Amino acid sequence: MAEPFTTEPCAAEPATAEQATAEPATAEPFASEPFLARTSWAVRSWWLCARMWMRSMMAYRASFLLNLVASLVTHSLDFVVLVIMFEHTDRLGGWSLPEIAFLYATATFSLGMANLLVGSADGLGVRIMSGSLDTMLIRPAPALSQLCAERFSLRRLGRPLQALMVLAWSLAALDVRWTWDRVLLVPVLLVCGSVIFGAIYVGGATVQFWWGESKEIQNSFTYGGATLLHYPPTIFAKELVAGVVFGVPLAFVNWLPSLRILDRPDPLGLPTAFQYASPVAAALCVAAAGAAWRAGLRAYRGTGS
Amino acid sequence: MQNAALVGARPPDTSGGSARGAAFGGSAPGLYAAVARGAFRRYSTYRAATLAGTFTNTVFGIILASSFLALWQARPSLGGYDQSQAVTYIWVSQALLVTVAVWGGGFQDDLQDRFRSGDIAVDLYRPVDFQAWWLATDLGRAAFQALVRGTVPMLVGALVFRTRMPEHPLTWVFFLLSALLAVLVSFGLRFLVSITGFWLHDSEGVRAVMLVVSMFFSGMLLPIALFPGWLGDLAPLLPWAALVKVPTDVFLERADGAGLLGALGFQLGWAAVLLLAGRGAQWLATRRVVVQGG
Repeated sequence: MAEPFTTEPCAAEPATAEQATAEPATAEPFASEPFLARTSWAVRSWWLCARMWMRSMMAYRASFLLNLVASLVTHSLDFVVLVIMFEHTDRLGGWSLPEIAFLYATATFSLGMANLLVGSADGLGVRIMSGSLDTMLIRPAPALSQLCAERFSLRRLGRPLQALMVLAWSLAALDVRWTWDRVLLVPVLLVCGSVIFGAIYVGGATVQFWWGESKEIQNSFTYGGATLLHYPPTIFAKELVAGVVFGVPLAFVNWLPSLRILDRPDPLGLPTAFQYASPVAAALCVAAAGAAWRAGLRAYRGTGS
Repeated sequence: MQNAALVGARPPDTSGGSARGAAFGGSAPGLYAAVARGAFRRYSTYRAATLAGTFTNTVFGIILASSFLALWQARPSLGGYDQSQAVTYIWVSQALLVTVAVWGGGFQDDLQDRFRSGDIAVDLYRPVDFQAWWLATDLGRAAFQALVRGTVPMLVGALVFRTRMPEHPLTWVFFLLSALLAVLVSFGLRFLVSITGFWLHDSEGVRAVMLVVSMFFSGMLLPIALFPGWLGDLAPLLPWAALVKVPTDVFLERADGAGLLGALGFQLGWAAVLLLAGRGAQWLATRRVVVQGG
């Protein structure tokens, strides 16, 4: 086995997707327990496993710090590209740089948190191919928790940290009339956005139960999705915007709440309720991802090798 | 015949090459052609993954082309590109991204595994040139990826957006030549990065840094013509400009005659410098290899 570290029972999932995803196959003994108990066991398993990975990575402290700094700089380049664009214009699709920085920061933070907490789920295809998923299934912890915490690395904090810096700058530079609902929407947006991206990671990984090489498709919804959300909805075709409202609900990550926070007209003219509906969208995403995961696990047949 | 057995024992990626080992009769160009064919066939087995990747290229193309359209609506003819040229830039660069391996990969993954497992020692004592071997596999890979990931996103782009196709038929020939030179430059850069593994044991850190530098300075994220100040003066001289900027310039017919020759010469020059540097680094590295028995 390539991973000498995986001998401890590990676990986990982000506080996000496991709300609806307690595993049937491995959580058999817990199936009769209440939903809340199973969820907290899944989170705890995730934490145990993640902590083990953290300890193993912290053995190389200097390497970790260098990697973190490198990741901060790397992810800043996306923002540098936006800044260079604004060297040539002061509006993009009618939005100013601080407004687009707000979109950029919220999308990047959400993706970064989801990637930190459950991003490893996309390694499922490789595990199925190598047979190491079976190892996870026989451990006394939820397989999804273990899968999501696999190779957990605080190095991935680089992306959300960089996003928070941009967010701080944009909030300082923005001229927003702060009402209580707008103030409240910002943290709600960050949490729900992370949950939606987390559900996309898990849901996308689930596709690999049936189609092992689909990992790249998932990239178009996670990394591609975040890139989409860096820009204002006004620059995209209406069909595409409608697709991410009613199809893969990326618009609920930051577009819709941002329309309310920044007081911008909705290019689709949807009811105002949509701008507050991110928690509902997030809950639906988690439910869908959880159902998909359970269906996938049920369909899975080990190769026995 | 001895060569045939030799190829068979090489990295697993060249199973195609080994199957044909007997056919090339031991001549060097034949050997490397067989290696390239093997790499082509190896990549062609991952059809579903290729399909998935093509889809991703297309999605990114649509997102980035929309953002470019918005920018060029605000500033028509920015950087000397008109709107349809700017959109075409995105689609050509998406076609080049994986073909030219702008963000690394290809043989680098294989080589990294061989550093880890120690198989690298086996590679070095074989009577085949180390650099030429991996170059052949990379050309085979690029050829396959150009065929699928190079064409499909361009077709979708041309259908969905108003793009600008070359006016002179010869431009296609020059573009293919420029793309080939881009692969050579890219290989030269990646080979230098991977070979640091001889000293660092793990070239992942250097690779991560190179990815960023390469994505930015190739013009993959934003055309170099838009870079401000000294950055704009410096970027076109660096080798990364040969990866995306030059081939897109050729495709968009932004240079002709002497300008076109100069652009291709720029790529050729960097390819030669980098391949020679790689050869030098390889010579230095192999002098100090310590193989741990096991």
